[in-house]
Amino acid sequence: MLRYANPANFLRLARVGIPLAGGLSALLFAVGLWLVFARSPADYQQGETVRIMYIHVPAAWLGMASYSLMALSALGTLVWRHPLADVSAKALAPIGAAFTLLCLVTGSLWGKPMWGTWWVWDARLTSVLVLFLMYAGIMALWNAFEDPARAGRAVAVLTLVGFVNIPIVKFSVDWWNTLHQPASVIRLDGPTIHPSMLTPLLVMAFAFTALLLALHMMGMRNEILARRIRALGLTAARGEEAAE
Amino acid sequence: MKAFTALVRRDIRIAARIGGGGGTGLAFFLILVTIVPFAIGPDLNLLSRIGPAILWIAATLATLIGLDRLFQADEEDGSLDLLMTGSMPLAMLVLAKGIAHWAVTGLPLALAAPLLGLLLALEPEAMGAVFVTLLVGTPALTFIGAVGAALTASLRRGGLVLAVLVLPLMIPVLIFGVSAAAAAVGGTVPFRTPFLALCGLSLGSIVIGSLGSALALAFAGE
Repeated sequence: MLRYANPANFLRLARVGIPLAGGLSALLFAVGLWLVFARSPADYQQGETVRIMYIHVPAAWLGMASYSLMALSALGTLVWRHPLADVSAKALAPIGAAFTLLCLVTGSLWGKPMWGTWWVWDARLTSVLVLFLMYAGIMALWNAFEDPARAGRAVAVLTLVGFVNIPIVKFSVDWWNTLHQPASVIRLDGPTIHPSMLTPLLVMAFAFTALLLALHMMGMRNEILARRIRALGLTAARGEEAAE
Repeated sequence: MKAFTALVRRDIRIAARIGGGGGTGLAFFLILVTIVPFAIGPDLNLLSRIGPAILWIAATLATLIGLDRLFQADEEDGSLDLLMTGSMPLAMLVLAKGIAHWAVTGLPLALAAPLLGLLLALEPEAMGAVFVTLLVGTPALTFIGAVGAALTASLRRGGLVLAVLVLPLMIPVLIFGVSAAAAAVGGTVPFRTPFLALCGLSLGSIVIGSLGSALALAFAGE
């Protein structure tokens, strides 16, 4: 980890890592989509619409995983003062928000034929919506500061407070339960989903994860370059001031 | 402890002499409650049924008024730096300022709620329930808001960002506050269950809010 505290080292890593993760993601998406459309059965109750699940579920997982990664980065900023931790957190916010939005939109499209409505105020849906709102707040705070280092520290505090709050939100939203089916893959007594659907789901989940990695590294690279440009601009402005 | 009470008293005195926060929040509370019947119609049966929810939403939004000044005023004139160099732990400082802020803004909302309940044709039990739940719940709102206030203390347009930051975190308080108020009037759940959850949320928020705001202020000062 410490080796990549130097942005130049990280950029070198990203030059290899981005095509690698991107390529892996493309490959997995190709296999996964083929499995989804050609190799997995339609559901006996839900028909073809069940295929929405292969986008919906991985998007939900990664929307939550991105927030956890962001909380980890926040710890990196506040505790270890890792110089790239806030770059990582900043890159993750829009990606996580996009996955969460994708989960909400596909869920809505799936809900219309299945439940007969675009939206219900059920516990799981509402928690995901609140997660999306938290992403929105974090991105708003990023934009509110001029200086990226100060923004990083403020956002890190907010991210951690939000992370503590997520279980509380989940618990309280469960208070007025629930149309949504309970979790059926990650359970203590093993998955209840049939293998013919589980395999494509897992392939798609790995494809999404690789996509997250690629996008994350690209976002970090862009942020590092943007900060370099900002620093160059500031130095140039100071040089002009000194010359006058 | 002496410094703690002195700080609480100082903040209350400043609020009383300068005005602002508390009065504006109260006026905003009244306006919100007045606006709702215009939107949903003057049907008293409906209003009395959703009255506790209206009062709770209005109170939640009204706590946002003046929250942005919680640390900002002290940050601008430098007294925040002075307080931070003192011997009192930062979290205690936040706790003192939060208590003073609640006494000036949150407490009046709870006190005014039964009165505004008259406008919404609330039953006496419902008025009592809204008063008690707001009394217990508004500290949670204040201290969750304090984190946002500490984060945006140095921003010029902090108030706008503040609302977006803290409202999602206030959802659990709103849920348990409204369900406790509703449970008092009738329904399947006994009043005790959501009310105790609300008390727990309030106590937890006071701790997390104080520590979180202290952290935010410490890092902002670097």
